[in-house]
Amino acid sequence: MQLTNRSKQVSYKEMTLAERMYLPAIINGLAITMSHFFKKKPTIQYPEVKRYLGPVFRGHHVLKRDEEGRERCTACGLCAVACPAEAISMVAAERTKGEEKLYREEKYAAVYEINMLRCIFCGLCEEACPKQAVYLRHDRMVPIFTERDQVIYGKDRLVEKDNDRYVRINNPEVKATPTEPSLSRAK
Amino acid sequence: MDLTELIIKSLIILAIFGITLLIATYSTYAERKVAAFLQDRLGPNRAGPFGLFQPLADAVKMFLKEDFIPAQANKWLFIIGPCLSMLTALMASAVIPFGDSIKYDGHTVAVQGIEVNIGVLYIFGVVSLGVYGLMVGGWASNNKFSLLGAIRAASQNISYEISLGFSIIAILMMTGSLSLQHIVAEQSSFLEWNVFTQPLGFVIFLTCAFAECNRTPFDLPECETELIGGYHTEYSSMKLGFYLFSEYINMFVSSAVISTLYFGGFHYPGMDWVSNALTGSLGAVAGHNVATLIGVGSLFTKIFFFIFFFMWVRWTLPRFRYDQLMNLGWKSLIPLSILNIVVTGAGLLFNIKYAPWLIVVVMVVLGATNAIKAPRRRVVPQQS
Repeated sequence: MQLTNRSKQVSYKEMTLAERMYLPAIINGLAITMSHFFKKKPTIQYPEVKRYLGPVFRGHHVLKRDEEGRERCTACGLCAVACPAEAISMVAAERTKGEEKLYREEKYAAVYEINMLRCIFCGLCEEACPKQAVYLRHDRMVPIFTERDQVIYGKDRLVEKDNDRYVRINNPEVKATPTEPSLSRAK
Repeated sequence: MDLTELIIKSLIILAIFGITLLIATYSTYAERKVAAFLQDRLGPNRAGPFGLFQPLADAVKMFLKEDFIPAQANKWLFIIGPCLSMLTALMASAVIPFGDSIKYDGHTVAVQGIEVNIGVLYIFGVVSLGVYGLMVGGWASNNKFSLLGAIRAASQNISYEISLGFSIIAILMMTGSLSLQHIVAEQSSFLEWNVFTQPLGFVIFLTCAFAECNRTPFDLPECETELIGGYHTEYSSMKLGFYLFSEYINMFVSSAVISTLYFGGFHYPGMDWVSNALTGSLGAVAGHNVATLIGVGSLFTKIFFFIFFFMWVRWTLPRFRYDQLMNLGWKSLIPLSILNIVVTGAGLLFNIKYAPWLIVVVMVVLGATNAIKAPRRRVVPQQS
């Protein structure tokens, strides 16, 4: 099998005089490395410039609201069951009268917590969810935490804000993570 | 020598010392940057603008590491090793003429640490002593790999010093003096630079300089794959730093010696015209001093180019095998340098300055005919 056409058979023929003088080959090699000196470097300067990781990147969790702004989650617990790291826990509650604007289903999650130290970002919760409520967003990562009391994310940090709706754009034109404020610093 | 002259001289010596250290420090930065650029990377760019404070960070790291001496090592020799390396590396730059001369109040002081009439011999003596640092360090470590590295360093340096010396002899024959000042003065016009009169000698000298500095492709004493770092396997902290640092100082000194011996030292094309124009417009003393400064600048440009060349070659060529190294040294370079001496001597006898080009022409013709006559190598794609 051949993957590229660049492989050459090793030859054990005796070297010619020019080859034994090394110098032509050395000059050739120096020219090759010098041509690389002026090439554009592919490095992405990470903390300043962030690369677009594609629409399938699994980042920060988000609890989706539907089109009318109601929470989709019905606290069925399938995500918690599916979670291999046992990072998700929730407390279910029944929707009372007057809360129809807040919750789509009759049962909702009063408490929904994800332990970000446990989470392995496998996306199984996303797959398990029958209500399309939990997603791992492709454009935002979980921020660095330094204290243990910062690692359990409750509904306040998971449910998406009305003014910051999450859409999974599949747009090849987008070259950097769209919500990064540092996008302007990209080259 | 009166007081003013003494002060100027000590200032020059201090400046040379400081500049040597500074250049060696920033060579480490340049090495990493050049390596990165040749490999399509960016290199250190976090510490300060463009990563310019990286050498400081490295130095702090070196100093804060544990200074470890193995229990079975010979303690004093273990400490003396890196010191010797550093000492010999720093001594060599004393005789290099960095510029013409500075005129001050009727005094004329050469921009040179010490003017000795055996400058070339001095440099060779000091450079040869450099191998003691590696030997002592490698032996004192009480480690087989270190000892092997040290032995390799010693035999490599001795082998290549022979052809180094021979290639110099051709220059000495043409100049008739061992003084570096004289050798530089001989190369005042551009086409009389020794690189043009001694092309073969230059190539041999350059190759041997690489071997003397233990730089790739001749860095067998410290090759990681075979010897786990060679003579500095057991070293840590600033002792290791001294070894690495002395390598960069050696590189600077070699570049300076190459520029001095083969590239006209502080001379540059159009030098007389610049000097005359400056003395005409600024007055004899000030004009002369400014012209000297430009000369120093031209020498340093050459030195920086050669330091860059050292790095360029390091990130281009793989390491030689040890038998290839010895074959190249004993079977190719020494006969060639002897031939170079003979041809140069014949050229001097018949007053042909560019006689050594004959060898180059013959070698090129031989190589070309041999390459044409050689059976074509069939390139067959690998089957599997």
